[in-house]
Amino acid sequence: MRGRAFRGAAVFVGAGGEPRPDRRRPGTSEMTENTAGRLAGADLHRPGFYDRLKINRNWLGFWFMLPAALILMLFLAYPLGKGFWLSFTDAKIGREGAWIGIENYEWLGLPWWDDADNVFWLSVFNTLLYTVVASILKFVIGLYLALLLNENLPFKALIRSIVLIPFVVPTVLSAIAFWWIFDSQFSIISWSLRHLGLLDHNINFLGDPNNARMSLIFANVWRGVPFIAITLLAGLQTVSPSLYEAATLDGANRWQNFRYVTFPILTPIIAVVMTFSVLLTFTDFQLVWAMTRGGPVNSTHLMATLSYQRAILAGNLGEGAAIAISMVPFLLVAIMISWFGLQRRKWQQGGQDD
Amino acid sequence: MFSMDRRKLIKTGAALGAAGATGLLDFAKAWAQQSPFKPEPNATISILRWKRFVEAEDAQFMKIVEAFTKATGVKVNVSNESFDDIQPKASVAANTGQGPDMVWGLHSLPHLFPDKCTDVSDVADYLGKKYGGWVPAAVATGQSKGKWIAVPVAFNGGYINYRISAVQKAGFKGVPGDTAGFLELCRALKKNNTPSGFALGHATGDANGWIHWLLWSHGSYLIDKDEKVIINSPETAKALDYAKQLYETFVPGTASWNDSSNNKAFLAGELYLTANGISIYAAAKAQNMTAIAEDMDHAAWPVGPVGKPQELQLLFPLLIFKYSKNPKASKAFVTFLMEAENYNPWLEAAAGYLTQPLNAYDNNPVWTKDPKNTVFRDAGKRTLPASGIGPVTEKAAAAISDFILVDMVANYCTGREDVKGAIAQAERQAKRLFR
Repeated sequence: MRGRAFRGAAVFVGAGGEPRPDRRRPGTSEMTENTAGRLAGADLHRPGFYDRLKINRNWLGFWFMLPAALILMLFLAYPLGKGFWLSFTDAKIGREGAWIGIENYEWLGLPWWDDADNVFWLSVFNTLLYTVVASILKFVIGLYLALLLNENLPFKALIRSIVLIPFVVPTVLSAIAFWWIFDSQFSIISWSLRHLGLLDHNINFLGDPNNARMSLIFANVWRGVPFIAITLLAGLQTVSPSLYEAATLDGANRWQNFRYVTFPILTPIIAVVMTFSVLLTFTDFQLVWAMTRGGPVNSTHLMATLSYQRAILAGNLGEGAAIAISMVPFLLVAIMISWFGLQRRKWQQGGQDD
Repeated sequence: MFSMDRRKLIKTGAALGAAGATGLLDFAKAWAQQSPFKPEPNATISILRWKRFVEAEDAQFMKIVEAFTKATGVKVNVSNESFDDIQPKASVAANTGQGPDMVWGLHSLPHLFPDKCTDVSDVADYLGKKYGGWVPAAVATGQSKGKWIAVPVAFNGGYINYRISAVQKAGFKGVPGDTAGFLELCRALKKNNTPSGFALGHATGDANGWIHWLLWSHGSYLIDKDEKVIINSPETAKALDYAKQLYETFVPGTASWNDSSNNKAFLAGELYLTANGISIYAAAKAQNMTAIAEDMDHAAWPVGPVGKPQELQLLFPLLIFKYSKNPKASKAFVTFLMEAENYNPWLEAAAGYLTQPLNAYDNNPVWTKDPKNTVFRDAGKRTLPASGIGPVTEKAAAAISDFILVDMVANYCTGREDVKGAIAQAERQAKRLFR
């Protein structure tokens, strides 16, 4: 389910980068101008339709694009479309469903309805909370780390690779490690605090709704920071030192250097990295599933985990699909914001930034 | 999965010359001569089963498979799947008409597609007559509209696990047999700082087990015999009230527990009473934690206001698909498996994890060899089918998978909802499921 919703986003992102037929050489009336080399001889016979398909530059572009397009269709567009279709049926695992219109969505309801699905809306709230808090924390910490790593440190390369470790560890493994760290009986944190005499009982990390949310956000931030830090670091290194020199000559202090030189140059990278971060956080599944399975009493259920529980475990594919599809509008909004809000295209292209 | 099949197949074939359970083989040959179920010539059958808990059980099962192959010439491919994956695979097989000949699944699996299951009434009648009859829960789950659509092979019992010393220190001889006394015991345990605890998280086995006992023993059921949702009842309110009093005596953190949490806490000496299969005891013995193994015992679920045992134990029914090209060989295999000469050693190898659905196996030595196993003997007799007092259907299984009742109790116990709100939420979800 998680994959389905995220794939939907990927299709959207991909649409911008779709290969287009090569138009750098606008075709003249001469066919040789518009064909790719090796046409046998300079004879005057006009190429037939089939020849055109083989050698015409515009078609050539199409052929190169085709495998990628087919893969996208098969593995991204089709599952998304199928999920959309399923959400309008009462399909169960292993059985075709009948068309039931928007009943699945009606069942989820709207938050101000008396008979709305509380668990679903709780999961929407959890997902938004989780995404917003974790993304902001990841951004702030990631940017701070990137700035720090950009300084001249001893063992720079080593430190930079160490920072990447949390990102490299498979999510399920780190989730299981955190599950032990936050265990209600065997938590290392509780244990240490108790042995230091600061506490006389175990902290109920995953058994109390707000503690459980905090623990999950902490684990997510721990895992997500390296990606952001390293990407922003790459961005920082593209900033030409001469810009700082110029700014310093103009009397800019460190903060002004950051605010008026570094930050504007970084914004396109921030836009990309935050889009990814928000998407991945919004569709997170493994961490939550491995650590709490949505508990205690559904207070950490994300839309992705609830969708899995209803669709796969309880077998109601239709309802699960409806929950997964409900993630798409949120994802679209998130992408729009970062794409149009942060990425200042005009400025990037050297135009006026207004 | 397929390489597994091949490997097992090769193993089965290669073992032909090897010595081994010659007694079993002699029996198998004699059995093949006179059994009413004659396999098709040159048959190959495949079986998809749940993944074992205990290695010895699996080894014994494969011995039975080998003996069957040698005596009848029927090749048997066995593949294993984890609990969660069996139902989706079986559903797809039923839908597409291809896949394993037999599926050995959980709870009400055959009721997902009763028309796709071969009628095995002849097998069930033969076994029932020969081995003292089936327990009622096995009949309810095995039959659909009066016909047997699956053979219930075994139950997996879950019972109260407790530390003898802690219970005695609390002033009790053992675990009281009634819900009121049980609450007193848990309160006393809490007072002595030797608390009890039951999973209130999304723990498929443990949480569903005790929650269904809690509700059913108070006369609170999700549906009646016509699949009408009746969870909104005074009995449910009373059960919730009892649950909250019990919850107050629990070790902190049970709302986050999954199926393994209580095992860990019990073995670490932080938990003194919980509900579980025999696995804690088995682990304590296997890991030489003799202090815990000797100081622990098992007890049946207390009887509540309803006045008789109301438990939820996991059943493993084995079904044969109608599309199978070798239904007779499949029937022969199931029958062979359940014959005393095979079933008794298999049950012994399972060391209490599995309980028989046929009354004649009550005197299997596994139940008396170690008196701490004895409670599990009656799992089949004390349980209701997964649907409680309602008909066994896929919907009942879905209600369990979606944790409708676990969430209801957890919502109330942790104070997220009042009685009305908790019941209303469960009722709404159930009505959608059982419309």
